[in-house]
Amino acid sequence: MTLTAEPGTPATTAPPRPPQPLRHRLAERGVDWTLLLILPAVLIIGALFVYPFLYGLSISFQPLEGGDPLANYTDFFGDPYLRDSIWKTLRLAVPVAVLSVAAAAPLAFRMRRDFPGRRIVTLVVLLPLTFGSVLIAQGMTQVFSPTGWTNLLLTSLGVPQQQFIYNYTGTFIATTLVSIPFAFVMLMGFFGGIDRSIEDAAATLGASRAARFWRIIMPLAVPGLITAFTLCLVEAFAVFPSAILVGQPDNATHVLTLPIYQAASQRSDYPAAAAIAVVMTVLELVILGVLMLLRNRLYRGPATGGKG
Amino acid sequence: MTTADIAAGPPPRTRRERPTLTAVITWVAAGCFVAVILGVLASVVVQSFATTWRGGWWPAGLTATWYGRAWSSTGMSQALANTAQAGVAVVVIALLAGVPAGYLLARRAFPGRSVVMLLMLLPIILPPMTYAVQLAALMYRVGLGGSMTAVVLVNLVPTLPLVVLIMVPFVEQISPEVENAARVFGANNLRLFSRVLVPLLLPGMLAAGILVLVRTLGAFELTFFVSAADTQTLVVALFGAISDPGGVPGPLTAAMAVTYMLVAVLGLAVSLRFVTPSQAIRQRHR
Repeated sequence: MTLTAEPGTPATTAPPRPPQPLRHRLAERGVDWTLLLILPAVLIIGALFVYPFLYGLSISFQPLEGGDPLANYTDFFGDPYLRDSIWKTLRLAVPVAVLSVAAAAPLAFRMRRDFPGRRIVTLVVLLPLTFGSVLIAQGMTQVFSPTGWTNLLLTSLGVPQQQFIYNYTGTFIATTLVSIPFAFVMLMGFFGGIDRSIEDAAATLGASRAARFWRIIMPLAVPGLITAFTLCLVEAFAVFPSAILVGQPDNATHVLTLPIYQAASQRSDYPAAAAIAVVMTVLELVILGVLMLLRNRLYRGPATGGKG
Repeated sequence: MTTADIAAGPPPRTRRERPTLTAVITWVAAGCFVAVILGVLASVVVQSFATTWRGGWWPAGLTATWYGRAWSSTGMSQALANTAQAGVAVVVIALLAGVPAGYLLARRAFPGRSVVMLLMLLPIILPPMTYAVQLAALMYRVGLGGSMTAVVLVNLVPTLPLVVLIMVPFVEQISPEVENAARVFGANNLRLFSRVLVPLLLPGMLAAGILVLVRTLGAFELTFFVSAADTQTLVVALFGAISDPGGVPGPLTAAMAVTYMLVAVLGLAVSLRFVTPSQAIRQRHR
């Protein structure tokens, strides 16, 4: 590994010059001192993510009671209640991510043009992201309660009273309210990076509105859409406070994070918590592999016009 | 070039813009979303001034005493200071380490690039709950448990890769020819960075900075497991109050929530003051 060969040298001091030929040979392969730019990020992630993760992996094979090193895993998969939390997480996270990208993409696309109240709309849409799911859950317990504003509005319209919170719907609403803004911010960045002059050029050449959208905008935007979908899925998988506060944590919203939390915080059984975390990680790696493979097969390159 | 002339003139196609079906659907959906968000937030504000509110359109009576009680009883000033400290520290460190890494990953081919890319993607793809517990256990083992340092460190794990992941497409959108041209005209590394790359990457850096700030303000799971009573951020204090089985009165919790909202809005407003994505993009048309 080239990176491990270099960390001894601080980036600020002048590097001792290695023999020219070697330096040139390395430069041909893309190795030179500018690679040190990446070192801080790699060191931080290595120390704070990779190492704790390996630590967690190793303790997951050391159950508190000793004995069978696989005991934590057989406990998890042997218990249908714990095992089903995988499906409960997927059943929540996938619809949330799909809905978030589908709802945020058209709005983010419109945000490329200026219109009156543009900044107000942006600010309001960004609010839930800033506040987080804990605050959203706090407000939801009032607004969506059986005698809250939503139900009062529905009954005055003649719709029977609905149970919105302390079930799957409650966690779904809470997660989506935070997830849509998350997709919106990312997509606004991606769409904003697509130079309008490309679209203008297509219009000049006679492309209709639909043709401009499907032939010009979409191919440039799809990598962004996939990235946004992936990150929304991450967020939805991380659902934890709203599964407790507005969900039904012992049944319909018994998502994967809850047995982790219960093992760690309530039973102080870190090995068992780590084992469930490993199961979760494996599932995520499959999703990551598929989606990133897909993204890398698509167009990547300048989306700016010829004028620069 | 003809397209340049057309783009420089008044945009001719604004005349034939008319609302389409997709536009109507988009705005109706956005309107519903905004209404729900504002309703949820308004209810918290109303509740914080309520003497008691068990349901119905409006509480029975209004009072402002919950704020005084929240301030004195729950160590909220401490939580405020912690939140500001952690937010600034995480944004600065994440941008300093993340932007150069994102630039290199977008531009350069080098041995081990895919490994680094994977290393940056994993903490984002994996939910915080998958490593929060192990990270907290480790922090306590090295003696950092419950400290502000630990709060900042754990919040770097999801935010630093977020900066990298956002910067990569932004860098990819900048044609390498711009950099080559600057090189030809004699720009050294420093000038290339400060006069060419930073202005072009500014929209991405600001977007990444905002995301990092709001994620740190709202980051619950990571801070929750690693912080102690005197280092917890506002959102952790809020969760503690909501889920307290001892039954903190609803309006008291709401008063805390409103304080947290004010802090978060302030952070967002300050950030948006410096970032107008449309402006930054329009600069390139000049």
